[in-house]
Formats: sequence, C-alpha cells, structure tokens
Amino acid sequence: MSGITVNTKINGDPVEFICEADETLLDVLRNRLGLTGAKEGCSTGDCGACSVTVDGRLTCSCLVLGAEAEGRDIGTIEGMAQGEHLHPLQSKFLEHAALQCGICTPGFLVAAKSLLDKNPDPTETEIRFGLAGNLCRCTGYDKIVRAVQDAAKEMRSAKAKSAKTKTAAKKRA
Amino acid sequence: MKYERPTTLKAAAQMLAKEKGKAFILAGGTDLLVRLRTGFIEPDLIVDIKDTAGARSIQKTASGFKIGAAVSGAELGENAALKKAWPGVVEAANLIGSKQVQGRCTMTGNLCNASPAADSVPALVAAGAKAVVVGPKGKRTLAVEDVPAGPGRTSLKKGEIIESLILPKRAPKSGDAYLRFIPRTEMDIAVVGVGVNLTLDGKGIVTKARVALGAVAPTVVLVPAAAKAIIGTKLDKAALDALAAACAAACNPIDDKRGTREFRIKVAGVLARRAARIAYKRAGGK
Repeated sequence: MSGITVNTKINGDPVEFICEADETLLDVLRNRLGLTGAKEGCSTGDCGACSVTVDGRLTCSCLVLGAEAEGRDIGTIEGMAQGEHLHPLQSKFLEHAALQCGICTPGFLVAAKSLLDKNPDPTETEIRFGLAGNLCRCTGYDKIVRAVQDAAKEMRSAKAKSAKTKTAAKKRA
Repeated sequence: MKYERPTTLKAAAQMLAKEKGKAFILAGGTDLLVRLRTGFIEPDLIVDIKDTAGARSIQKTASGFKIGAAVSGAELGENAALKKAWPGVVEAANLIGSKQVQGRCTMTGNLCNASPAADSVPALVAAGAKAVVVGPKGKRTLAVEDVPAGPGRTSLKKGEIIESLILPKRAPKSGDAYLRFIPRTEMDIAVVGVGVNLTLDGKGIVTKARVALGAVAPTVVLVPAAAKAIIGTKLDKAALDALAAACAAACNPIDDKRGTREFRIKVAGVLARRAARIAYKRAGGK
C-alpha cells in the first residue's frame, strides 16, 4: 500500500503528511502529527470526543478520512489557547470544575466554541442541544453547561468593551 | 483500499463502473466511515465526490431547488430561501445526528444508506423530490421513493451516482412538515417518522397532498390513501381521523426494542395528524 500525500492547514499552519487511504483524520492527528488533544471515544461519531472543525464546520474527526483533509482548514483543540493565555471557555471549565477524567473535555471545548461563534448568547436549552453530540460519563452536564454560560457572558462583555474602546478611539481621531 | 477524489461525476462514475472489487461513494461519510471502521465493509475503492461540480451547492432554479449530493445538513439549515420554501424537508434533515454529524451528513447519503428510519426521506418523498442520477450510460431522473429498494439496498446500478436532489417549485399556499418519535430528545433513530406536504386553495381547502411514512416498513412509503383522506377538506376532525386510519393501515412495521409493532402503528396516525396540522398552518390555513 502506498501512502497518500496530503497538504492541509492545521490551526492556521500549513502541514504536509502521508497517510493510508483508510486512516481517519483522528488517526492522523494523533498518531502521525502528535496532536493528541482530540480523543478516540466511540469511533462512530456518537461521543464527540474527537471534535474538530473542517473549514470552520464542527465535525467528528473519526468520521473524516485523513486524505479528505487535502486543501482544507482544520481546527483542533491545540489551536484554542493563545500561547499561555487560555480561551475563556478553557478558564471557565477549570473554574467551574466542569471536568473530571478530562477525556471528553477537548471535544466539549471545540464544540462549545463552535456554538458560541455562531450564537454568542445561547439559552440553556440551546447549549444542551448544541452539545448533545458530546458525551460525558463522569462530571455530568450541569457544570459544563454553567461553564459555557459563564464563558459566553464573559466573551460578550469583552466584546462590548472592545467595541466601546474602538468607538472612543474613533471619536478621539 | 484506494481513495480517489475526481473533479467530475463522469470520471467518478467510470471509476466506480471499472472497479472489480467493492466500491463505495463518499460524500459526508457519516454512515460510510462507521461501517468502514467497524469492519462491516471492506472497500477496495472509495470515490469522494465532494470536489465534483455542484456537489456542494444549493441552486434556486426556475423549476425549484437543486441540492448537490454533498450539501451538509448544516448548510441546508443556513439557507433561508430553502428553509422558507421547504421547512419540513429542512427540519427533517436537521434532525439527523448531532451538530458534529450535521457538519457532514447529506440528504443524498441519508437516501442512499436506505435505512427505513432515515429522517430526511419521508419529507423528501412527501415533497415529491426527484433524484438526478449520473451513470456510465448517462443521466436519468427518478422519484426519491424509487431509490430505496429495501433496508440498506437501493435501485441504483453499478457506477451510478446521485448528482443532486430536486425539490419542485412551490405553488402558493403550500406547506410541509416532518415529525418523528424518538424515546429521547436528541441523537436517536426514528421509531416512526411522518412527512406531510400540502397545497390549499383560497378558501383553505386542501387541493393537493402527499404523505409519507418512515420506520414502519422495509422502505419509506408514500401513502396515497392518506393524501386522499385530506384532499378536499379543511382538515376537520373527520379528515384527520381518516388520515390517521389510512396511515395506520399502511404500516407494516417490525417489533424491536425501540418500539412494538402496535405502538408504531398507533404513533404513525398520531404524528400524521400533528404534521398535517403544522403543514396546514404553514400553508396559511387557519
């Protein structure tokens, strides 16, 4: 079996890898590229532990072939924090103790970010439906939902603040 | 296993037709990859059709909507014009799986996977949707209800690929709806699914209707008797009773852990009433 050469972008950086035709994107991320944030839970698209974005669209990396990444833009949990600076969702998950074993956490974070990118002010029901594709078997969902609500609130006020500063700057200019 | 990503459907059809081993088409992959990973299938060739022309576009044409075979559920849900014209079809497609699955799953895949419980299929059948098929011998068009041949089987021949689904142009005062029963609130497979599509006249009388049932027979079924029960009525109680009875009579369900035969037959009638009421309201009826 000869490998397939794939050129893609992961978290904004160009990446080239070689994979077999039947390898999933999850296999490639974990076994070939050392990006082990995405976890393998069920391998059937039910648990969401392997959540990534493909061209900005939330998906399970276990349901994507590695070869399909050619020319696409992949986003993983590794791209969420900016250096040492955690994303508000990550900070709030810690603050609310919204994790125990942590296997589901990267998937929840990627899915929650995708949800908040589209809907910055979701209701509790919207959060619960939005995260229905992510399973947690230890913490339960209440703390996770509260962490997402709190992060959303913080992100909204940060956005309002920066908009205000911009308007003030414009006025001064 | 080989993986190919051709840029034309003609090339894709030729690759599939030429392959001597087991060949499969990949669009969203939400069914195919599960079967691949669980060892249920061992493909020699996978043909990814996402890069073929029109595969990922929704086009509004003079004769309706043309939905490429690789358009995802999420993309359907974000198309305001499609949602306005065919809310029942879009809500059915959007019930499939999670947000993650919605990012990839397609209605064409849902149709070709040929599960009797496929959520988008009863809505497509009720809508009178057509499938445009490209094969080694050229193009043909068939009614969506003629695609599934049995659980997991379709009427497509070797080398044939569904290029797009066509939803017809909407007559004024029309509406559609899809409802399903599942024991949970999300992420489950339909125990019963019902799609209703209807058109009213100026007085609110149903002039045209199509009713389709899912998960109550080996394939999704179109039920002309159910449509007949509501045509010429304003969906009064007698008409809804006749609709429910016609739907129950068309059921030939299995008994399994998700629902007994008796339960499915009863629920088909209940959901048909409710879906018809929603479609009627959407069509502007009171």
